[in-house]
Amino acid sequence: MTDATSSQTPGGAAPNDGRDASGQMIAADGRPLKKSLARALRAQKLRALALIAPLLLFVLITFIAPIADMLFRSVENQIVSDTMPRATEALQDWDANAGELPPEEVFEAAYYDLFIAAENKAHTRLGSRLNYEESGMSSMFRRAGRGLDDIGEVYQDQFKDLNGDWDEARPWAELMGDATWISQLESWDGESTAPRVALRDDIEALLPRTAEAYQIFAEFVQTVDEDNPLEEEPWTMVHTALYQDLLDVDVSGYSGPRADMLKAADALVADPTFETITFKDGFEEIDEDWLLLENWRVIKAYSPDYTIGYFATAADLEKTPDGISLRDEDERIYAKLFQRTLFMSLVITASCILLGYPIAYLLSNLPMRTANLLMILVLLPFWTSLLVRTSAWKVMLQNQGVINDTLVWLGMVADDGRLQMINNQFGTIVAMTHILLPFMILPMYSVMSTIPPSYVRAAKSLGATNWTTFWRVYFPQSVPGIGAGSILVFILSIGYYITPEIVGGTSGIFISNRIAYHISSSLNWGLAAALGSILLVVVLALYWAYDRIVGIDNVKLGG
Amino acid sequence: MPDSSNTDAFVEFERVQKSYDGVQLVVKDLNLTMPKGEFLTMLGPSGSGKTTCLMMLAGFETATHGDIRLDGRPINNIPPHKRGIGMVFQNYALFPHMTIAENLSFPLEVRKMGKSDREAKVKRALDMVEMGAFGGRRPAQLSGGQQQRIALARALVFEPELVLMDEPLGALDKQLREKMQFEITHLAHRLGITVVYVTHDQTEALTMSDRVAVFDDGRIQQLAPPDELYEKPQNSFVAQFIGENNTLEGVVREIKGNQCLVQLDGGELIDAVPVNVSEVGERTRVSIRPERVEFNKDRLQEGVHTLKAEVLEFIYMGDIFRTRLKVAGNDEFVIKTRNAPDQVRLEPGAQIEIGWLPEDCRALDAAK
Repeated sequence: MTDATSSQTPGGAAPNDGRDASGQMIAADGRPLKKSLARALRAQKLRALALIAPLLLFVLITFIAPIADMLFRSVENQIVSDTMPRATEALQDWDANAGELPPEEVFEAAYYDLFIAAENKAHTRLGSRLNYEESGMSSMFRRAGRGLDDIGEVYQDQFKDLNGDWDEARPWAELMGDATWISQLESWDGESTAPRVALRDDIEALLPRTAEAYQIFAEFVQTVDEDNPLEEEPWTMVHTALYQDLLDVDVSGYSGPRADMLKAADALVADPTFETITFKDGFEEIDEDWLLLENWRVIKAYSPDYTIGYFATAADLEKTPDGISLRDEDERIYAKLFQRTLFMSLVITASCILLGYPIAYLLSNLPMRTANLLMILVLLPFWTSLLVRTSAWKVMLQNQGVINDTLVWLGMVADDGRLQMINNQFGTIVAMTHILLPFMILPMYSVMSTIPPSYVRAAKSLGATNWTTFWRVYFPQSVPGIGAGSILVFILSIGYYITPEIVGGTSGIFISNRIAYHISSSLNWGLAAALGSILLVVVLALYWAYDRIVGIDNVKLGG
Repeated sequence: MPDSSNTDAFVEFERVQKSYDGVQLVVKDLNLTMPKGEFLTMLGPSGSGKTTCLMMLAGFETATHGDIRLDGRPINNIPPHKRGIGMVFQNYALFPHMTIAENLSFPLEVRKMGKSDREAKVKRALDMVEMGAFGGRRPAQLSGGQQQRIALARALVFEPELVLMDEPLGALDKQLREKMQFEITHLAHRLGITVVYVTHDQTEALTMSDRVAVFDDGRIQQLAPPDELYEKPQNSFVAQFIGENNTLEGVVREIKGNQCLVQLDGGELIDAVPVNVSEVGERTRVSIRPERVEFNKDRLQEGVHTLKAEVLEFIYMGDIFRTRLKVAGNDEFVIKTRNAPDQVRLEPGAQIEIGWLPEDCRALDAAK
């Protein structure tokens, strides 16, 4: 064999019959053939990619991304830990099954969390979220937003009585703030970017809680309210923090601004007549629900960032600290709704097959001209608005509707015994069968029109009766059309929304109507996402099952 | 007309007419009698009515008028599945969702035959077409020729006495087609079945059939054994349609027994056999097969008329030579000569004289 280097030169290729030392095919210019081919194809591939790029982008943005977002939302649960970070952490050590309320630290953490949340108006959102799990929690949070000031006012009032400056903006700023920041604030016009909040290092070391609370307050005032902290008296939360700090620390060594005022306050706190209130009692005064063990259990159960709680709800399960358990019988609605959706979709698919098969058969056996005319009639419903068609069914089926009137007129039904044909499953099935029928007929027709008439003739010439010919020869060959139509109709109907909404009443609605309700009315997007994800999984599972049983390559839309 | 008491007749068409639209007749007054065991081919251009005749016999089309009898029994009102006629279709029509064995078993199943009988018959039928090993396959896994054999076996497995074949070899390539032609005729003769075979390929018709019915314009133009059809066409359509043919236009000048004198439009006189001309002065079209034209003076009969010809083109075709001549104003006149060691190769431009035996030249009806 020649060595590998000789095959790199063009001359080396010829004696080796287009192969190099390792037996690889090489091109005329001496490069390996595979590389040359890949290079030649790369341009082609890039061009193809460029051609589909707009569609790919479109699909990614409008289809893949929303689905991914939905899947994420169905497990995402950061609202609790985002809104109540301190309480979430404090709850970690609390044993929810011990049968005791959380310790005072948890209430303390919840006080600060909720105070800040209330200023941000985020506490009601959290309340609504937790209300999905335990009703009553929404009002509990709303009351907390209004009532938390009562706790701080206990301390604020006493400090104010001691020295009116404790309820003034300027003295607080002087006590806490860095001189530079204060001078910046003095010249701040309220329009330009607010100066960065800077507290003095010594005060931060001395009064950590107060410093933290004041920092949050000052930043909130500057950025959210766009007011000047030199003109806004601090929140009662800051007073509460000050009280807590003064309990722990010795301020006698402090010599910074407002040292006298602080030392006097420290003396006041040390006085046994100083009135105090525990956070727990404070919460109790706001709403006794705050002392319900069950509510704290819910908060703890939903404090992790991700939860299967939505899925549990969607499957009629309940998430408790003890684990997952089935909901009470009267609260199980989703399993029933899923079952109904599947059942009704099956009924609709079956009725479409029964009604569509003869039509498709007729169409495929008529001369082209007649078939085209009939095809227009089949497609006619597509040119009418879905809403109009559904409303037309309402007119037809309702109690005082066309069908009932006719039946009464014919004397087949008594006037007081009019048939209930709408706002129930019957109405939904009738209207949806009508609407989805073309989706069944079209694939069946396109498959049937590819079955040559000679098969039928062959079967008959072999002695088969009309029925045997149909059942043994024609029907098996039309199955791919039925399969394609069924998949189309079934998957369309399983996620159908408008028609059940209009004619379904309460007993004829689908899971999609419930999803829409959670999206637009109850705003429980997580649950809507979980229901949607389950629906997606069910459809995929059915598709998989269909592939296993019938074979997806048996599905033909034509050709 | 042949009467219905004809005891030899197995298949009979009597005054059969067919119209699809009530305006035009696709089949006009068809009369045909076939004895048992015959291999009859319906040959004709597309639209000549041959397939319609086959479909009427099979029962897929009803005759607008007239009687079709099978073994003396009128079958006009018998549905196709009760006629017991085997049929082979152009596209084979093997059921794609069944295996080969299931396909063959199908006609036996619908006849409620027992399982063991069915299996035995299917096996025998498959062996008959030498496809014994293919029972478990699906039609799509077979080649065209193999599918063709299976279609044949399926049409024969329930032992029908009459088998119809609708251009069954149309989709095969030339070599395979020739092979299958022999196989089908051998099989038909061995089994003694009666076959009605439809084709538009005249070679197929000539090589396979006992008799050929040439269809045109909804009528049988000639019904005769292949040799007679080729050598003694009854009218100019058949002469044109079957094989290659030279024609010359002229007027009958003299009729003497089974010989006549025709004056061509250029004034030349030639001898011919009067076929469907009866009067002197009638216009006629004479037809001569290319291989019956003689240009070697030594071999020409004494006293016959000859024509002057100019060689236009000489084509070497291997086993034969094909020479195009200009004769009496017709520059599409072709002669064929065998490639023998002593054969003359005519040079283009050469002036020769051609002639033929009077019985090879047939005076037919004038062009329509």
